[in-house]
Amino acid sequence: MDLKTITYLVVGFTFAVYIGIAFWARASSTKEFYIAGGGVHPIANGMATGADWMSAASFISMAGLIAFNGYGASAYLMGWTGGYVLLAMLLAPYLRKFGKFTVPEFIGDRYYSQTARIVAVICLIVASITYVIGQMKGVGVAFSRFLEISYDAGLYIGMATVFLYAVLGGMKGITYTQIAQYVVLIFAYTIPAIFISLQLTGNPLPQLGLGSTMGDGSDMYLLQKLDQTITDLGFGTYVNQTGSLNMALLTLSLMIGTAGLPHVIVRFFTVPKVRDARASAGWALVFIAILYTTAPAVGAMARLNLTNTTQIAAVGAPEGNLKYEDRPSWFQNWEKTGLLKFEDKNGDGRIQYYNDKNAAFAEKAKAEFGWNGNELVTVDADIMVLANPEIAKLPNWVIALVAAGGLAAALSTAAGLLLAISSAVSHDLLKGVFVKDISEKNELMASRIAMAGAILVAGYLGLHPPGFAAQVVALAFGIAAASLFPVLMMGIFMKSMNRQGAVTGMLVGLITTVVYIFVYKGWFFIPGTNNLPDNAANWLFGISPGSFGAVGALLNFIAAVIVSKMTAPTPEHIQHMVEDIRIPRGAGTATGH
Amino acid sequence: MSLNEKAAEYWKANVRLLMLCLVIWFVVGYVLSIMLVGPLNNISLGGYPLGFWFAQQGSIYVFVALIFFYASRMNKLDRQFDVHED
Repeated sequence: MDLKTITYLVVGFTFAVYIGIAFWARASSTKEFYIAGGGVHPIANGMATGADWMSAASFISMAGLIAFNGYGASAYLMGWTGGYVLLAMLLAPYLRKFGKFTVPEFIGDRYYSQTARIVAVICLIVASITYVIGQMKGVGVAFSRFLEISYDAGLYIGMATVFLYAVLGGMKGITYTQIAQYVVLIFAYTIPAIFISLQLTGNPLPQLGLGSTMGDGSDMYLLQKLDQTITDLGFGTYVNQTGSLNMALLTLSLMIGTAGLPHVIVRFFTVPKVRDARASAGWALVFIAILYTTAPAVGAMARLNLTNTTQIAAVGAPEGNLKYEDRPSWFQNWEKTGLLKFEDKNGDGRIQYYNDKNAAFAEKAKAEFGWNGNELVTVDADIMVLANPEIAKLPNWVIALVAAGGLAAALSTAAGLLLAISSAVSHDLLKGVFVKDISEKNELMASRIAMAGAILVAGYLGLHPPGFAAQVVALAFGIAAASLFPVLMMGIFMKSMNRQGAVTGMLVGLITTVVYIFVYKGWFFIPGTNNLPDNAANWLFGISPGSFGAVGALLNFIAAVIVSKMTAPTPEHIQHMVEDIRIPRGAGTATGH
Repeated sequence: MSLNEKAAEYWKANVRLLMLCLVIWFVVGYVLSIMLVGPLNNISLGGYPLGFWFAQQGSIYVFVALIFFYASRMNKLDRQFDVHED
């Protein structure tokens, strides 16, 4: 069978499973729609959280980020996992005990303030919408690349599938599809990694392979070999970089942003007990760690493979570079997509891939080897995962599986985000503010309509992605870190934190972070409207816009504490409520009242 | 002990445990993986320089272990202070 047929079969099968789940797991109450009925097993919830969390970016882009940044990309690895420690210890069990449906609902009740609730809804919607655009793009790209369907048509198919299980099943449908999607994406990610690790090092576990000796008889460690191979071509060191304040702040911002993202927090509302919420966070991180500890191996091995593909003998030797006409078939396949591009700058018919931005090396290469600039003019980082099975010469079904895995990662995260958005609209705005006496039946209908609307908005933004889609990460994590995380944590750990303090803190965190991002990235990301160039020399104390969320969170804390000390103390019944959420007994399942 | 005192003691014990876990979280994620990565890279763990290993592998394993450690200790505290569920 040819690749295209197999890909259609594998992707078609996974979609049939998702749609089957949609009909099996229909929601019949608001409780099922918002929190899957509250009876999800902690391990099942951990798996669903893994899929909810691991997006198109984790699946497709992260290994490439590691491949080209080496140690420097560790901030993402630690940031996107270490957040679960904060979630498990500072938020999840207490929010589960509180036992309501949404994150803004907790903020509104705890700070006895509709204003606080509405500010939280705004933060949630901005963070979630920016985040969902990337997922929609991921769906369109995966379809167009693997199934040769147009980007737009791929997006419609993706939207229709999510529509079925998210509108019919709400959180219940999403939970069970996410479990299926986790299984698909984790196999799709680890199988190629195992084969590549075996080929390069003889060790089937990528986590150990990365620390093993090369299987090519050179008796060098893989990381040593990689570092030598790339530094010989003028690239920076992979391993021996040093840490910086900015890296530490980026890690911290990603961690507290992770813990503050509403679509992740609500997953912990679906387990039966408080102690399940704690354990479930651990299981979620186990399932996430399987991919996150594999990614460094995928990145390093793909970088080595790529470099060795073009540099076939000693650097500078006349026969040292691959002849363009001898390039392997995966190279040709990915040239067609434009993600890989060759330009014969010195006209010798061979591929020279090196770092021509390194002035000393570029000069030497020109004078001694006759190289006239780097000839792999485009190497898109996403290739590192997408082309992996072809580079490792794996059978077609593995390539098809990678396509299904990328789609699963994008769809599962999109569905989680869409649920967070639609429940904020139907539960927090409609029931909470505008139509307080809405019946349950009508609220359920409203939540389905809100979900359908959210899918349409996300689809529209996927079809017409605003230019800032790539900057989304900084914005979504910055907002979650600087506005939502601190008020949630203070709501549990500081009985004295009152309404005035929380609202001020949220606004201070939100505004400082957003302004700091806009000053460097452009106001509302409109190109050319930035006040300062976005580079290290201009950053305040060397803090990049993406790393500012942690600073915004600190400003939020400080402002909130000062204002709360100057204003009326927290009412007694709220203090009792805080005392109550601190102990597990009496949790019951969540209710919307 | 009255109910309120018990709840207050339970909360204190929880916060103590929490602080311990967060100190470990900070040491592994920030001290070993970022601040001390240079010197630690002089030590090797198989083919991994140690600082690099902590940043790309070890920290994640420690984070997982920390959550399960916290969860199991909290289950004990819940019972000890008689605030557990059911």
